[in-house]
Amino acid sequence: MNSAKVTIIDYGVGNLLSVQRGLEKCGASVTISSDPKVLLSSERVVFPGVGAFPDGMNALNTLNLNSVIKDFVQTGRPLLAICLGMELLFDESTEFSLTSGLALISGRVVPVPSLSPQGEKLKIPHIGWADLKTTKTHQNWDKTVLSDIKPFESAYFVHSYMAVPKYEENLVSTVSYGGNNLAAVVQKDNITGCQFHPEKSGEVGLRILSRFCND
Amino acid sequence: MKKVRLIARLDIKGPNLIKGVHLEGLKVIGSPNEYALKYYKQGADELIYMDSVASLYGRNHLGEIIKDAAKEIFIPMTVGGGIRSVEDATEILRSGADKVAINTAAVANPALITQLAEKFGSQCVVLSIEAKKSSNGHWKVLTENGRERSGLDVVEWAIQGCSKGAGEILLTSVDMEGTKKGFDNELLKAVSSQVEIPVIASGGMGKLSDAVDAIEKGEANAVAMADILHYGKATFSEVREELKVNGILVRNYEFS
Repeated sequence: MNSAKVTIIDYGVGNLLSVQRGLEKCGASVTISSDPKVLLSSERVVFPGVGAFPDGMNALNTLNLNSVIKDFVQTGRPLLAICLGMELLFDESTEFSLTSGLALISGRVVPVPSLSPQGEKLKIPHIGWADLKTTKTHQNWDKTVLSDIKPFESAYFVHSYMAVPKYEENLVSTVSYGGNNLAAVVQKDNITGCQFHPEKSGEVGLRILSRFCND
Repeated sequence: MKKVRLIARLDIKGPNLIKGVHLEGLKVIGSPNEYALKYYKQGADELIYMDSVASLYGRNHLGEIIKDAAKEIFIPMTVGGGIRSVEDATEILRSGADKVAINTAAVANPALITQLAEKFGSQCVVLSIEAKKSSNGHWKVLTENGRERSGLDVVEWAIQGCSKGAGEILLTSVDMEGTKKGFDNELLKAVSSQVEIPVIASGGMGKLSDAVDAIEKGEANAVAMADILHYGKATFSEVREELKVNGILVRNYEFS
């Protein structure tokens, strides 16, 4: 079997080493790059990121990667966005000040609710393992990066903001935090976003990365 | 309710995994990553690496150990000991760590907490507090891996650390550390009831029910374990089962 070739977008945001190691563990050969030519000719692209939304967008704009990511998506080849990368796929975020995103998936990025539906205080950021649940539009996970995952297997989350897709059909999986449902996995055509960190979610995460590399 | 995290704490001196009592009398256990990999496969939710002499020598030596660990271990790793600046933290995070724990440098310069939180996000900044009970029933903050007294009150310092931007508190009871007599649940409760951020219980786990007490009595959000794991007195599966039986939520993990 040929090893999957994956390019990780380097825009100076976040821990690329762990993502790289995770993909390598799944047998992929990994390139890290911010070069538009390299990215556009990639077989698969991972769009990682940790930190604040405005910083992420600034970094993309400074490197002119904003349009490169959109062009890559146009090729129909698979893109996996992780954590902040996933949030940046959406139209806009209210983090610090209202900031436009890549608008590849319709919806907004808003703070994780700090109160449960019963009014109990919840700790923010949402840090820790949470069970992946199916959604109304995705009762099973065939043809998604979760196709090797069973409902209620756990993944590792670290975030203060969350994506709210405009269309339910883009919502593949959610997790419950204090009784509120948060988007865990979103998908639109060849674009997948994970709010959690597959590279930090143990064997479950490796199965997800492996599925991404082999689909 | 949120899942409680089960964490293996690895205290490191030079290239070795070590263990002491009251953070002193250090004894070599073995190679850190051999143990780390074992705990990862057992289903640890996270790992904490603590360089026990780093702040004494002003340098953290964990970079290479973490880089190696990141090849085989795919759960969050927190690294502490001797991190004094944003530059130190950057280097450790580049090696594959997900969070940095700071104690001595934060006490000397509380603004460092904010600088780290602004640069990397609060979720990345763990305020490590080494607490020692004083005669008046309060707890005082120690630094330099339990060697120095700061004079700070633990609860006040925790509140301050939280407001400066720390994302978590690693709360080690120096009194209980290495004694296997259970966590200092009063200490845990005193801090966890006063801060909004997660508190990790550390120091004293000797039997499975100690973890249950730290969560139920101490209201800890996570439990760090060392001796009990290193000496093979318990595995993560056993701790996980014990918590489940007691109605505490933990990560679903199937041993593969």
